[in-house]
Amino acid sequence: MATLGQTPSQTIGPFFNFALPFDSGPSVVPDGTLGAIRLAGRVTDGAGEPVPDALIETWQADAAGRFGISAGFGGYGRCPTGEDGEFHFLTVKPGSVAGRAPHIDVIVFARGLLLNLVTRMYFPDEEAANAADPVLMAVDPERRSTLIAHKDGDTLRFDIRLQGEHETVFFDA
Amino acid sequence: MPNSAHPPLDWPDYKSNRLRHPSRPLVPLPTGMDDLTAPVLGEDRVGAFDADLTRQHDGEPIGERIIVTGRVVDGAGRPIRNQLIEIWQANSCGRYIQKNDQHPAPLDPNFTGFGRCLTDDDGGYRFVTIKPGAYPWRNHHNAWRPAHIHFSLFGTAFTHRLITQMYFPGDPLFPLDPIFNSILDPKARERLISKFDLDTTVPEWALGYRFDIVLGGADQTPLED
Ligand SMILES: [Fe+2]
Repeated sequence: MATLGQTPSQTIGPFFNFALPFDSGPSVVPDGTLGAIRLAGRVTDGAGEPVPDALIETWQADAAGRFGISAGFGGYGRCPTGEDGEFHFLTVKPGSVAGRAPHIDVIVFARGLLLNLVTRMYFPDEEAANAADPVLMAVDPERRSTLIAHKDGDTLRFDIRLQGEHETVFFDA
Repeated sequence: MPNSAHPPLDWPDYKSNRLRHPSRPLVPLPTGMDDLTAPVLGEDRVGAFDADLTRQHDGEPIGERIIVTGRVVDGAGRPIRNQLIEIWQANSCGRYIQKNDQHPAPLDPNFTGFGRCLTDDDGGYRFVTIKPGAYPWRNHHNAWRPAHIHFSLFGTAFTHRLITQMYFPGDPLFPLDPIFNSILDPKARERLISKFDLDTTVPEWALGYRFDIVLGGADQTPLED
């Protein structure tokens, strides 16, 4: 069976902010949801400078490990970075899917990126599951920590370093 | 890279790419570890005039009215149904409504430049808009972007998420644009150029352009419906 040539990617550019962000984008779950967690992070470039024109999107299973089917839970988030390169989401911790470690799929778009970057955020309180996760195991052990969020008070932080020392692991998906 | 249609990560001709591209190779996801689902962003996100960018204000925008239509399919040619498409663009003078656009060209009070629609059962979509102008972007001396419309698309897997740009046939700026030329395969580059289409063109009203979109790799194993 023939396959068709893929449409190539181009940069999101600098002028998406009037169009793509929407008010409820960072709220994967509504305020006040039982068990809601706050995620935050900063996107930085190869010089360690914040990236103020990135768009972060997330996709995840619900607390029971199901994708996109539970009422009132879409599982999708969208947040542009601010002047300080920061993004944030309100969500719930996903359940395990097919025995794998709970994780959130993350896509990064930015001015300067010709192709979106795909990564994953894992949870710091899932040491045993993380140690057995086939995706984390495919990553150089020295770089695995770039994929695991860390606790900062009430917030889980997941910083995204596009280039350089401690560069975040990105996947070919 | 299995998806050779896409630009490389590292493309120094595009200045702001230099400090932003990963320097390490992408890590292949182990087979079967893809989350093969995608958000379904349905009708609650699309308003009545979202697909007609010429009717979002009291008056009509200045510029050349056009129709942009096509189909969104996967690598096996199957339609991507009821999925969200978002587009955004400059006005006919090459100016975006966004505050950080410094190009000294006029804003048009009757044009926002943002559109949305859902694909139909055949993967089809249709926007009415005005043809965007070229604009300068300071990447290098006398740098101008060819006229383009930005497209944002969702497929059947989140990793098929695509943001791209649609161009217009015959643009003299093509050979000079490092963003367009970051796509190394000339055949893949051609896929971003819409085609003038007389069947889409409406007499005495607007020219029509076709832009078909294929999401997901040609490296995927095709499945029978
Ligand atoms: Fe643009």
